[in-house]
Amino acid sequence: MTRYVTTIDLRRCVGCQTCTAACKGANATPPGIQWRRVLDIETGEFPDVRRTFLPMACMHCANPPCEEVCPTKATTKRADGLVAIDYDLCIGCANCVMACPYDARSIVHAAHFSYGDKPLPSEAMRFDPARVAVSMKCTFCVDRIDEAAVTGRIPGVHPEVTPACVNSCISGAMEFGDIEDPESNVSRLLAGTQHFRMHEELGTEPGVYYLWDQS
Amino acid sequence: MNKPIKKMPDLVSPRQQRNWDWRAAANFIAGGAGGGLLLFTALAGLDAFATRAAILLGLVLIASGLTCVWFEIGRPWRALNVYKHFATSWMTREAVVAVGVFGAGGLAFLTLAPSLVFLSGVLGLTFLYSQARILAANKGIPSWRHPASVPLMVATGLAEGAGFLVVVAAFGTSATSPWILAGLIVIVSVRAWIWKTYLAGLTVGGAPEGALRILNATGPRFVLVGHVLPALLVVAALAGMPARAALSVAAGLLVVAGGWVLKFILVRRAAFTQGLALRHLPVRGQGPAGPATKPGWKTIAGTNRV
Repeated sequence: MTRYVTTIDLRRCVGCQTCTAACKGANATPPGIQWRRVLDIETGEFPDVRRTFLPMACMHCANPPCEEVCPTKATTKRADGLVAIDYDLCIGCANCVMACPYDARSIVHAAHFSYGDKPLPSEAMRFDPARVAVSMKCTFCVDRIDEAAVTGRIPGVHPEVTPACVNSCISGAMEFGDIEDPESNVSRLLAGTQHFRMHEELGTEPGVYYLWDQS
Repeated sequence: MNKPIKKMPDLVSPRQQRNWDWRAAANFIAGGAGGGLLLFTALAGLDAFATRAAILLGLVLIASGLTCVWFEIGRPWRALNVYKHFATSWMTREAVVAVGVFGAGGLAFLTLAPSLVFLSGVLGLTFLYSQARILAANKGIPSWRHPASVPLMVATGLAEGAGFLVVVAAFGTSATSPWILAGLIVIVSVRAWIWKTYLAGLTVGGAPEGALRILNATGPRFVLVGHVLPALLVVAALAGMPARAALSVAAGLLVVAGGWVLKFILVRRAAFTQGLALRHLPVRGQGPAGPATKPGWKTIAGTNRV
């Protein structure tokens, strides 16, 4: 079995938002919608203060609450661990948005563009009306993952079949791969580091691992 | 285009959900009361006029709520897709039960056959329970997913149904029945107790500070207007004070109003998202890892809140 996951090394992330921009470029998300974003967290009290950068997106949970509540079966969990949305089935009820503890989903109820209702030529070319008024989120660049099955390339190893955010990361903080493969880059990273998954107590079994120290 | 700029703390901390507006709240508000009313209509043994009026009111309430939701969803012309996921989705189950409610309720209204009135009552309760589970299944909203939210939503739906029943009964021969009035006091007492349990559970078990602030501010007014005042009115009515029917109607409407305000606050104002949590802040340079952080949540000593 294959289970694709992402590892994010919090020690390496510098908060440059390149992954955010790469995701917008790859997926043509509308203004104000970021499937991938990096949060800037300030903690502590002067003089003992810290600043942490936290990349967030859909966690592609093994036990996704969004899939459980979806009344239309538009949200499904694939055999390779990706959580997908069929835009043609979704009714835009937002139940999945409420169910997601990672704030990863959003609904845009009307088409809007960078400068109002009229799209730029580049926006018009990539505008997908199927994504209006339905739920959307990070797909782990599913088209690239599907291409891997055809071409025989390996996601996480070959950039052509690796999510755009991972490809773009300037500090090498993000890795993508099959956690069921003990030789994959993510398996090796997880074996050599201390890590956690967010909100594990909710039973979602997220597919994003945050690395915070060496083992 | 003049768009509000989200500051970083707004993205980091739990925030009020913005996807389910008053239309979604209206489904829980009206639908829950309608389900409760159908149940108590089946149990109350009212006269024919009052039974028909109560069934009709229950069905209208449920239909109103569902209509509001229909106007809220992004793709209303695909609404029938809602029936595709009965295995796990409580929204699908609610929609399936709604068909039964309107079928049994419609026939009960026409025939007044006891079996159909009873069936519509059972389905009304099932509809109410389904709605409660819709909220509780949303893991992204801590104040909804708390286990006590299910009994709270069911209890307030039942209380609202009982409140409406008292109002309807006031226009029929059953208006004088002390059992209905006594039943209203019992039900609002149960709702008050469950509310207290829910709030205590949220405070101990965890909810974003913003949600707790709103719910704690709501509590005293909810208890006073939705419970204490109607109970006093019912006691006055039972004690033989003049204008008994008016007192009963006022008590019933206050119970309904209290429940509706509570549900609006639960769905719209106290519905804060989970926010983020880091079990460990990363090691930077040669220093140690930082402590856990969970912005927007109150830390409770001796407990692991992350």
